[in-house]
Amino acid sequence: MREVKRGVSQEEAQQHEPGCQIGQVPVTVGRRGFLRGAALGGLGLAASGVLGGTLGTAPSSSAASAAGNAPAKAVHQWAMVIDLRNCNGCKLCTTACQTAHYLHEDQTWINVFTMQNAAGESYYMPRPCMMCEDPPCVPVCPVKANFRTEDGLTLVDQSRCIGTRICMNACPYQARYFNWRAPRPAPRQPFPQEPAWPVPQVEGTVGKCVDCAAMLPSGKLPECVSHCPMGVLYLGDLETDVAVNGLGNTVELSQFLADNDAVTFKESYGTHPRVFYIPGHGQALDTDAADG
Amino acid sequence: MSDDNPSTGAGGSPGADGVQLPEPAVRPDVRAAAMRPVLETPRWWWPTVLVLGAIVILGIVAWVVQVVDGLGVAGYNNQAFWAVYEADLVAFIGVSYGGAVVSAILRLTKATWRAPLTRIAEATALVTLPVGMLFIIPHLGSPWRIWELVWPPYWNLSSPILWDFFAVSTYLLATAVFFYLPLIPDLKIAQQWLDPDRRGLRARTCRRLYRVLGGNWDGSAPQRRLLHGAIGLVAIMIIPMAVSVHSVLSFAFASSSRAGYAETIFPVYFVVAALYTGVALVVLSVAACRRLWHLEAFIHPRHFVRLGFVMIAFGAVYLYLTFTEYLVDGYSGTTDDAAWVRQVLVGHYWIPFWFYFVAAGVVPLLIMAIRRTRSAKGVLVASGLVVFAMWVKRLVIVIPPATEPLVRSPLAASGVLAGSWGSYHFTWVPISITVAATAAIPLLMLVVFRFVPILPIFEMEEADAEEPARTAAAPAPPPAPALAGQGVGTFSAATRSSPLPDMGSGPPPTLGGANLAHGTPPCSGGVTATGGSW
Ligand code: SF4
Repeated sequence: MREVKRGVSQEEAQQHEPGCQIGQVPVTVGRRGFLRGAALGGLGLAASGVLGGTLGTAPSSSAASAAGNAPAKAVHQWAMVIDLRNCNGCKLCTTACQTAHYLHEDQTWINVFTMQNAAGESYYMPRPCMMCEDPPCVPVCPVKANFRTEDGLTLVDQSRCIGTRICMNACPYQARYFNWRAPRPAPRQPFPQEPAWPVPQVEGTVGKCVDCAAMLPSGKLPECVSHCPMGVLYLGDLETDVAVNGLGNTVELSQFLADNDAVTFKESYGTHPRVFYIPGHGQALDTDAADG
Repeated sequence: MSDDNPSTGAGGSPGADGVQLPEPAVRPDVRAAAMRPVLETPRWWWPTVLVLGAIVILGIVAWVVQVVDGLGVAGYNNQAFWAVYEADLVAFIGVSYGGAVVSAILRLTKATWRAPLTRIAEATALVTLPVGMLFIIPHLGSPWRIWELVWPPYWNLSSPILWDFFAVSTYLLATAVFFYLPLIPDLKIAQQWLDPDRRGLRARTCRRLYRVLGGNWDGSAPQRRLLHGAIGLVAIMIIPMAVSVHSVLSFAFASSSRAGYAETIFPVYFVVAALYTGVALVVLSVAACRRLWHLEAFIHPRHFVRLGFVMIAFGAVYLYLTFTEYLVDGYSGTTDDAAWVRQVLVGHYWIPFWFYFVAAGVVPLLIMAIRRTRSAKGVLVASGLVVFAMWVKRLVIVIPPATEPLVRSPLAASGVLAGSWGSYHFTWVPISITVAATAAIPLLMLVVFRFVPILPIFEMEEADAEEPARTAAAPAPPPAPALAGQGVGTFSAATRSSPLPDMGSGPPPTLGGANLAHGTPPCSGGVTATGGSW
C-alpha cells in the first residue's frame, strides 16, 4: 500500500481520536465507527502534507488546525474530481484498487470506460462510486446494509448484506459489484474488515468503491488517486474546499471546478454525484493516442 | 393401509366425535368422488410421488452446490445481476393467482359453474404460492442471513423488497384462509367417510385433522350464514391483496432508473400476467385431477372452455400492454429505452421474445377464436403454452434491462452505442432448481388431496340445491359441446343477479338437511355423458 504522506502527527491523532463519532444517514443504530479521527484527519492535512513533503513548501495550516479544534462532528465532505483531459486509459487506477482490496478481475470498483464523443474521438472515463448525495442504492436495501456517512460516503455493511442485489439495480452508474464466488484471500489488513475497509470481500454480498474510507483520516489518498500517473484523479473535500491528486497538485476545489466547467455524470437522475468530471478527451496529453 | 372404500351412500353415519350431521340425501357420488383420493391409493400414486420427489431432491442438491460455490455457478455476473430466479419468483407467485380468480372473482360474480373447480384452484394457489416464495432463497446471495428479513430492527421500510415480503406473506395467509373456510363443512363430511376402523399413520392424521380443523361445524343456519359471510368477506379482501402482491413485486423492478424496468405500466402488467398464467395453471391442474381421479362426471369440457375464455381475456390485455410498452419505449427513441427495445425485438433476446409472442400471445387467441379448436383439448394446449411461454416472457422482462450497459456515450456516433451488453448464461443449477419447483407443485397437490376432499362437497351440494329453479326454466340443457360457445353468456347471466354473495343479507339458508335434500345432479345443466371424451 503506497502512502502519499502522513498528514497527521501521531500526537494530534491520539488527541482527537476518542471524541469521534460515526456519522451516517439514514440513522441506524450501532454502525461501527470507521472514521476515527474524523475531526482532524483527512484532506486538509493530506494536502498540506503533500505540499510540505513533495513540493517542499510550508504546510498550509489554516484548514487543518481549524478542523483539529472542531467538535466531534464530521468536518469533511469527500468528493472526487476526474480530469478527463489527462486520462490515457492505462487503468493503473483499476489495478491498484483491485490489488489493495483483493478483488477479482471482474470487480472493477473504479472502471475505465472507453467512450466516444460527437466528433467520433474516443476517450477514457474512469468511474468510481459517485458517492451520491442522494444515493438511490441506500433506500432500496431491505436490511439497511447500505448507509451514507456524515462526511458523504456511501458504504456497504457486508456483515449485514443479504445479497438481494436491488442496489445494483438502483445504481445508475453500475458502480456496484457482487461477490459471485469466494473472494480472493487477503493477508492481515491494517484495518479490521468493516464498511470503510471491506477487505477481504464477503461472498454473497455486494461490494463497491469506498473511496478507501479507512485511509482518509490518516491523510492517505485513495489507492486509485495515488496510483494515477497522469494526475487525473483528485480527492477533494467540499468542506475545506481543496483537492489533491496523486502527483501532489493541490487546487482550490470550487475554483478548479468553476474554471474548468466541471460536470457531474447523469445529472438528470437526481443523484447529485460527488464525483466531478472535467470534460475532455485526453487532449492535454502530449500524444494523440487517445483520439479515435 | 387398507384401501377399502365405504360403500357409496353410507355418508350419513354419525362422525367419530358423535356430531349428528343432517342426513345427506344427495346423490352420493359427489362425496364418493371427492373422497376417492383420500381413501384410495391408485397404482400410479407412489411411483409418481417418488419421481417427483427425486426431481425436487435434485433441485435441493443444486441449491446446496450454489450455496457452497456461490451464486456465480447459477450463471450470474456483474452484467446480469438479476436473471432466472427473479423471473421464477415472479412466475411462480404469478401462477398462484388462478385460485383467487376462480374462487374469488368468479364467486363474486356468482358464476355457479365454477363450483366443482374451486377446491382444485384454491389448492393450486395454496401450493404454488409457498413454492414461489421459496425462490427468495436461491435468489439471495447470503441465504443464511434470511432471518434479517423478519427481524424488525433491521427493516428498512423504504425498500420495495420489504414491501414484497409483507405483501406476499399477507397474501399467503389470506390464501390459506380462503382454502380453509369452504373446507370446514367438508371436513366434517370427510370425517364420516373415513372408516373408523382404518389404521395407519395417514388415517390417524386425517382423523385428527378433520376433528381439529373441522371445529364445531354442524351445518345449522347461523353457522351457514356465518360461513357464507366469512367466505364472501375473504373473497372481497383477497382481490386487492392479490393485486397488491404483484404490483409490489413489480416495484422491485420499476422503482429504479433503469431503462426497461422503470416503467409505470409494470404493476398492471405484472398483475395481468399473473392472472393470465394463474388461470392457465388452474386449467392444467383441473385437467390433471380430472383425469387422475376420474372426476369426469363433475368437471366437463365446458368448464375448460369457460376457463379458456377467462384466460384469454387476460391474455389479450397482456398482449395489449406488451404492445403499448414496447411501442412507446421504442418510439420515444431515448438512447436507453430504444436500446433495450431493440435488444428484445431484433437483438440478443429476439428468440425468447418472439416465442412468447407466438406461444402466449397469438396462438391462444387463435385457439379460442376458431370454433373448431375452441374445445377442452384446445384450451388445455393453450394453457400449457401460456404457462411456459409466460415464464420465458418473465425472463425477457428481467434479463435484458439487467444486462444493459449504463455507462456509455450519449454522444456516440449514430447507431453505435459504446458500452457492451452483458449476458446471462443458463447453467444446470438454476434449471434444476426451476424444474424442481415445477415438480413440487404436482407433488404437493398429490399430498394435499391425500388429506382433503378434492371437490368442494358442501358448495356443490348447495349449488345443486339452488339449481332446480333454473333448470326447471330450461328443461332441455344443450349438449356439452354446444355450451362452449355460450360460456360467456351464462357467465354474464349469472353476473346479473347480485354483485356480492349473500353475506347474511339474503334469505337465511334453510337447515342443512332440508337444503341438501334435493336430488338434482351435482353439476346441473349439460351433464350429458361426455365424461372423459375429450
Ligand atoms: S454511484 Fe451508485 S453505488 Fe455509489 S452512491 Fe451512487 S447509487 Fe450508490
